[in-house]
Amino acid sequence: MIEVRELTKTFGKTIAVDRLSFTVRPGRVTGFLGPNGAGKSTTMRLMLGLERPTAGHALIDGRPYRETGEPLRRVGALLDASYVHRGRSAYHHLLWLARSNRIPSARVKAVLEMVGLEGVARARCRTFSLGMLQRLGIAAAFLGDPPVLLLDEPVNGLDPEGVLWLRTLLKGLAAEGRTVLVSSHLMSEMALTADHLVVIGRGRLLADVGMAEFIERSRATSLEEAFLRITADATEHRAQPEPGR
Amino acid sequence: MRGHGDRAPGTAAARPTRGLGDVLAAELVKIRSVRSTYWTLLTTPVVCAALGFLIGLSAQASLSSGRNVSGSFDPGFITFYGITLGQIPLVVFAVLLVGAEYSSGTINPSLTAMPRRSTFYAGKVLAAALVVAPVSLLSTAAIFTAAQLGLGPHSVTLTTEGMTRAAVGAFLYLTLIPLLATGVAATLRSSVLSLGVLLPLLFLGSQGLGNIPGVKIVTQYLPDQAGMLILFTAPLTGNFARPYGPWTGVAILAAWTTAALLAGHVVTSRR
Repeated sequence: MIEVRELTKTFGKTIAVDRLSFTVRPGRVTGFLGPNGAGKSTTMRLMLGLERPTAGHALIDGRPYRETGEPLRRVGALLDASYVHRGRSAYHHLLWLARSNRIPSARVKAVLEMVGLEGVARARCRTFSLGMLQRLGIAAAFLGDPPVLLLDEPVNGLDPEGVLWLRTLLKGLAAEGRTVLVSSHLMSEMALTADHLVVIGRGRLLADVGMAEFIERSRATSLEEAFLRITADATEHRAQPEPGR
Repeated sequence: MRGHGDRAPGTAAARPTRGLGDVLAAELVKIRSVRSTYWTLLTTPVVCAALGFLIGLSAQASLSSGRNVSGSFDPGFITFYGITLGQIPLVVFAVLLVGAEYSSGTINPSLTAMPRRSTFYAGKVLAAALVVAPVSLLSTAAIFTAAQLGLGPHSVTLTTEGMTRAAVGAFLYLTLIPLLATGVAATLRSSVLSLGVLLPLLFLGSQGLGNIPGVKIVTQYLPDQAGMLILFTAPLTGNFARPYGPWTGVAILAAWTTAALLAGHVVTSRR
């Protein structure tokens, strides 16, 4: 379970996260949605202790992340698939992570097989495509077989087979009783994966409801339509038609 | 709600962090799994040996031809002068250890896997020291041996007055300077910035920044200038003279290294 209470983060004059409160419960996939710049990634970084909150707190299974011993066994996170040393192999990237949390080396091989990278495990990460890096990031998140998963845009760059695989995997993990929080901008994919939604805009909570209720409440026919309606006033970056067209 | 958690698969395996040993193990895997480690660490003793031999050879030629009229043959400095260049790859290694975390973004998974900042930083510095020290020892032995080969008939041994002290000093210098570099990189959080500060400092230092009359009063206390004094075996006069002794010089360098490592700790802990 992840509890976010009155969480606030400011960078200079910019308020990235604004008195945000919500709870991510185990046993279901929770989709974390919001327009670009809504504060999703900052919220996830705050949950993982990578940023210090200006006010409020985020607890994972009742504790601040920084006070968690062997955190990879409790929380698996994918923030940005590019956070790897390009000169290091996938195997060694996972091996140092495993060593840091006393996870047996056999688990490294297991997660590499699980994400389908066993054939390129010894290749340097600079030879990887975005989809392969994404698979490596997912492997890292699963390394400690954690009960809580935080995945920021894990579908990015995955091929159709990968998208289907991840969707099935996340649903299965939630069914086992794990807490799964996953952000994405792909509404059609989210509609297929998530049971519950947390929607934020400009750092504030816009919705914390079940998928069906969210669509119903907005009198929309799809998740995309409902999302666009609820975030209409909270969208910071909007493309404009080119002049003269 | 707090505390009880929601027991799901995997939770039972969680144990309290045993800390430093685990961080050290992880950092050593990081070090041995990138190529830059190997070329920087291999280059150091090779450059040291090559320079030691060449400087020894040129000193030998000068001594044998009788042109050394000043009579200021300093076997310690002749032997170990090459470490001023030999230190560079070791400094690059020490900077990349921290700088690459920031340039690649791996600082994020590092701090997610090892959330205690002090333990993470201590483990990283310890890993650096454990790798640097043997390379430094090997390089000191290499430069000593190569320089004596170059000096030929004028070669000295460790029993020559001041030579053991100079050799220990060379080892300490080659160990403390890279650790200083690790501290600087942790403070600046960038390889490029750190090398931009360190390389001119160390190069200008070897060009005798500490001997220019006007600025000497300050520059003689710079880390490399202070740490290098111990390499001299003959008494120093004129602009080379220092108001401190060889061991005090090493202590000044150690103080710089400590300060840089502490600054790196402050910056790392703030995140």
